[in-house]
Amino acid sequence: MTARLLIVDDSRAMRAYVRGSLRGFVDCEIDEASSGFEALRLLPRTDYKVVITDINMPDINGLELIKFIRASERHRDVPIIIISTHSSKQDQEKALELGASVFLPKPFTPPDIVDVVASLIKEKGGES
Amino acid sequence: MSKNSQGNKAMKEFLAEAQEFVESLSRNLIEIDKAVKTGEPDPDMVNEVFRGWHTLKGLSSTFGVEPLSLLAHNEESLLDDIRLGRKVFTPHILDSLFESIEEVTKILDIINESGDIKATGYRDNRTKTTPEQSPDSGGAPDYGKDDAESFIDPKSLIDAEVLEVLTEFEEHRLRINLQQGQAIYKMRIGFSLMSIDQELEDIKGRLRPIGEIITYLPSSESNDPDMLDIDILLALHQSWEDLEAALEGVGAGISTLVPGRDTPKAASDTMIPAPPTAEQPSDSSMTGIDSAVASEIESPVISERGLVKKQKEQLLSLRSVSQSVRVDIGKLDHLMNVVGELNIIRNAITKISEEMRSLSEQRELAIELHRVSRGFDRRLAEMQEGILEVRMVPVSQMFDRLSRMTRKMSRGVGKEINLVISGADTEVDKLIIEELSDPVMHIIRNAIDHGIEDAAERRAVGKPEFGTVALTAYQKGNHILIEVEDDGAGIDGEKILEAAVDNGYLSKEAAASLSEREVLNLIFLPGVTTTVKANELSGRGVGMDVVKTNISALSGVVEVQSELGIGTKFTITMPVTLAIIPALLVSVDENTFAVPLNTVAEALTISGADVNKVMGLETFTLRGQTLPLCRMDGFFGRPRHGAIPKSSRLLVASLGQRRLGLVIDELLGQQDVVIKPLGYSLDETRFFAGATDLGDQKLSLVIDTAAVIEEFFASNEDFTQPAAQAE
Repeated sequence: MTARLLIVDDSRAMRAYVRGSLRGFVDCEIDEASSGFEALRLLPRTDYKVVITDINMPDINGLELIKFIRASERHRDVPIIIISTHSSKQDQEKALELGASVFLPKPFTPPDIVDVVASLIKEKGGES
Repeated sequence: MSKNSQGNKAMKEFLAEAQEFVESLSRNLIEIDKAVKTGEPDPDMVNEVFRGWHTLKGLSSTFGVEPLSLLAHNEESLLDDIRLGRKVFTPHILDSLFESIEEVTKILDIINESGDIKATGYRDNRTKTTPEQSPDSGGAPDYGKDDAESFIDPKSLIDAEVLEVLTEFEEHRLRINLQQGQAIYKMRIGFSLMSIDQELEDIKGRLRPIGEIITYLPSSESNDPDMLDIDILLALHQSWEDLEAALEGVGAGISTLVPGRDTPKAASDTMIPAPPTAEQPSDSSMTGIDSAVASEIESPVISERGLVKKQKEQLLSLRSVSQSVRVDIGKLDHLMNVVGELNIIRNAITKISEEMRSLSEQRELAIELHRVSRGFDRRLAEMQEGILEVRMVPVSQMFDRLSRMTRKMSRGVGKEINLVISGADTEVDKLIIEELSDPVMHIIRNAIDHGIEDAAERRAVGKPEFGTVALTAYQKGNHILIEVEDDGAGIDGEKILEAAVDNGYLSKEAAASLSEREVLNLIFLPGVTTTVKANELSGRGVGMDVVKTNISALSGVVEVQSELGIGTKFTITMPVTLAIIPALLVSVDENTFAVPLNTVAEALTISGADVNKVMGLETFTLRGQTLPLCRMDGFFGRPRHGAIPKSSRLLVASLGQRRLGLVIDELLGQQDVVIKPLGYSLDETRFFAGATDLGDQKLSLVIDTAAVIEEFFASNEDFTQPAAQAE
């Protein structure tokens, strides 16, 4: 079954890169959000199988987004992949504490993201 | 294949985004540079710059642009130190940041030109000084020091539930504000998801003048799926009254996390009321208010904002916020060409319908065709206007780059320059902006290098030590005017004349009879300069002729005014667009020419008897001013002798300050034309801006009015120009 994914990143190029990397390798439909707010707008309306998000974003940061997702009825168990550079160890730790599933440091190759996404979808699929 | 095109798309986005990054970074740096001179830069802006480099690093390493990711990595770490208070901006650091922007531009240029994503041709030629070696390495700042005395652990004051979602930077800002003794409030405001962006901008606008927004905490899904409650963490720098005033009518539940001097006792649970439509507070699961300092905080009162109500009734849209797209200018050019072709077809249809109307048997059909084609005309005109609008970009794109260069140059020559920009939102065709950037740069460079005196000299004549260069843009009819004005020494006419005579442009005798204006205009001749010694910046004034050539190539004119000791002002007049222009079709000696309408002030009929001779030239007195006449047939090489016929058509061409009467045979009509270049083999042809297809399979040359005016006055130097005479 086609999985629905959400990518949250304020960089168009990064979103296009993730989309391009997954295309043809993971059976999925992808929604894009360019800010935390856009993600907040999309989340209550769709069941996402995986959420991929950056941490450093204006206004609502990735950490706040993770907390919000974990507190929500609909997505409390959704796997969350953090894509970010290694710059802040502290932010990375906080993300994992708040319930992020995987930290994928930038730069990553297309096979990297394909592997992570595919295995998370498989895991979830096995559970339900 | 599709895989590949996806990759290309991402790559294109990357290059476009990197370009945007350069633009916003340079804007922010200029602001920071200004702020550093007077105090502390806006932390938000510093973080913005950090995030920019951070994003660029992530992208360039992902896309394998080695030199860029290396550069971005260094700058990101530097900015990280600065935003977290471990270093401060120093002139040296700012210099290197400005230089890095130039380097990024260079790398992007290499990639764009060579298509080599690795940018292997790039070399960083800057002489490296490690920050440690430099005279001012940033060091530790004197604000926000985490020393033992002033160290405040936010954990003792702010609830862990808030702290756990703060990024390192937000936590740092919170700590700084606590150390400064600022009051910290958490304000819960309800937003409609649909219009959250506008509403939030409104709130930001209200709060920024009175404090620092640390972060936005979205609360868990509310009962209403269209609404979102957000807790805004604010460090208040002004008084409690200011906060109340700023939030008037918003409807915010405020809880005090750390009280300030004037926080009212009751303010631990305060409600700034919303407009009357506010509903009863929804339940609140407000977290993080059990702080050690703020005692007995209860659930804050929450209300909805009035405007939210009616929007909720509308169908909720999931449309993305950013409703703009980036378009390759090539695609717009293509569309414009199609519009041009459509115009030609339209003209053909109009002709057919006119012919049909003259045939009595098809009269009804002809009238119908006429009606339909009128409707088509209107729509086509709308479409044309629409595409033109898309091509328009604000000149700020160019001005940002110029202010960066100005800063660099002023430091290079050791002169303090205050660049005053106005009219940055004036819009002009994207292609014109690109072509105009270099000439304007050159003028500014000359102003800084040769115009503005050094500090000692300025002091001596009673001017402020820092020089001012004013860069102004505004629209006037179909033209955009760009002015570069400096308050420097002005241009010394004597030296210009000397140089012009030395270069053999005119004799000493002729020089003596020139007007002030004419003298100044000599600086646009190759080799004419006032400076004796060449220098790194603008060389020996070489290039004003190039400036003029470049501007003329865009159908623009450049003029100069200068007063010794006061300053110099260059004015560039450009058409707003070159893509498609309205033109007058005229006939001269049985040939049809197109004259760009925006260069024609008026058209009139004169009688041969009204023509006078002034200094050997035919002239006409138009409303009290002498207008020199140029017979177009003669100009194009086939002069018909004899007096101007009894009744002649005259176009008054006007560009900048100059006016010239063009004598033509007939005025045929007006038409929108798409100008096509004449092509390589006719590249050298002067006086024609290009050719255009008139529709009935006839081509017409488009007259380059600027060049004609130029040539006319150049070959009639003795003639006192009308504008000068009028003064």
